[in-house]
Amino acid sequence: MTYLQDVAVLTRKDLLLELRARETVPAMLLFVVSALVVFHFVVPSGLSEETERIVSGGLLWVAIVLTAILGLTRAFAAERDEGLLDGLVMAPCDRSAIWLAKTLSVIAFLLLAEIIALPAFALFFTSVDAATVGAVLLANVGIAAVGSLLAAIAAASRTRELLLPLLFLPLAIPIVVGGVGATAADDPSRYLWFLGLYDAIFAIISWASFEYVVTE
Amino acid sequence: MLALAGVVLLVTGVVMAFYWVPMAPGEGFRQRIFYIHVPVALTAYACFAWGAWKALRLLWKREERYDLESYTAVHMGTIFGVLTLVTGSIWARTSWGVWWSWGDRQLVLFLILFLFYCAYFMLRYAVEPGPRRERLSAVYALLGVVLIPVSFLAIRLAESLIHPTVFTRDVNENLTSSQLGTFIVCLAGTLCLAGALYKIELTGKRLDRQLRELRRALA
Repeated sequence: MTYLQDVAVLTRKDLLLELRARETVPAMLLFVVSALVVFHFVVPSGLSEETERIVSGGLLWVAIVLTAILGLTRAFAAERDEGLLDGLVMAPCDRSAIWLAKTLSVIAFLLLAEIIALPAFALFFTSVDAATVGAVLLANVGIAAVGSLLAAIAAASRTRELLLPLLFLPLAIPIVVGGVGATAADDPSRYLWFLGLYDAIFAIISWASFEYVVTE
Repeated sequence: MLALAGVVLLVTGVVMAFYWVPMAPGEGFRQRIFYIHVPVALTAYACFAWGAWKALRLLWKREERYDLESYTAVHMGTIFGVLTLVTGSIWARTSWGVWWSWGDRQLVLFLILFLFYCAYFMLRYAVEPGPRRERLSAVYALLGVVLIPVSFLAIRLAESLIHPTVFTRDVNENLTSSQLGTFIVCLAGTLCLAGALYKIELTGKRLDRQLRELRRALA
């Protein structure tokens, strides 16, 4: 089997598991909408339209990052609980294919959550422009790439779910900067470039180093 | 030897900073903390880079000793990072009257790095010692050294958005020869000090490990 076929099979496995169990995505959907409702009570009423646009844009990115963390804590749950990871590591495929497949399935989960989150945000706060949608799409790649690697690291630790947000948040700061910039700035192009750069750098590192995380 | 050189250089540097360097225009006396703050910050970067280099060697060669070396270097880097935060905070207080300023890139970057490397220690404590932990912490240490330039870029980008008026502190421009000389002496001093601490810590940790192995063999 070629590398891409391996990745396709592994991605299909993740999506199928989610389709049968329906654990992660519904939780992410409910969480992101709840978070947005909570955030409504954070923004004081009577702000000028411009201020409200900037403030709520920042809150959208908080919601996205927190929802991503929620999804990522479950990313390697099946592998860990059922001892699946040992089998995957012993399978005759490149280990980085496991990472790529996990990244793709996390992107898929994030997209599903955002299909609900962005209209909800537009409904509760202000309209969403094309730059924001582009930034969200770019950010998904970075979040999923780094997140899959860190989720595998956290899954190997004793504290697991507790550790992942601690590992992930410092690395998510550049994503938030890029995202908020693209949402709020008049000229979003350089923030989008920055997000693309982040994706490229961290995707390459995560792809190259995943093998060392899963092998015993 | 390294420790002695570090102490001598640092004392000379501080004396030079206080008695030899002329007053900086506009900044006055308080500018002299520059000769501690910036060398300490650069030393912290050097420690993190050294830790990441050892982490890379670990993944490459799979030799156990690199793990301890990488860990000790990151440990030293974190200590110097905290010193950077403290000295930077004092400088911000004397310059702008506040203990914390989001306008200071170096400080914000070190805060992010501090959080990152605290998570590194949490990771190490949450995994059983062994080859698995060595590799997990090596991968995370490598991510850290990439995070430094990326975060620096991010802070610059965020600054232009959040702070339309950027604080300027023109000490880095046009250093006179006496300023540059003092700065280099101080930098050499902190680097020697970090190197000496690194060696002591490493020796201590190695002894600790040998003692543990000896105990296990005896038990």
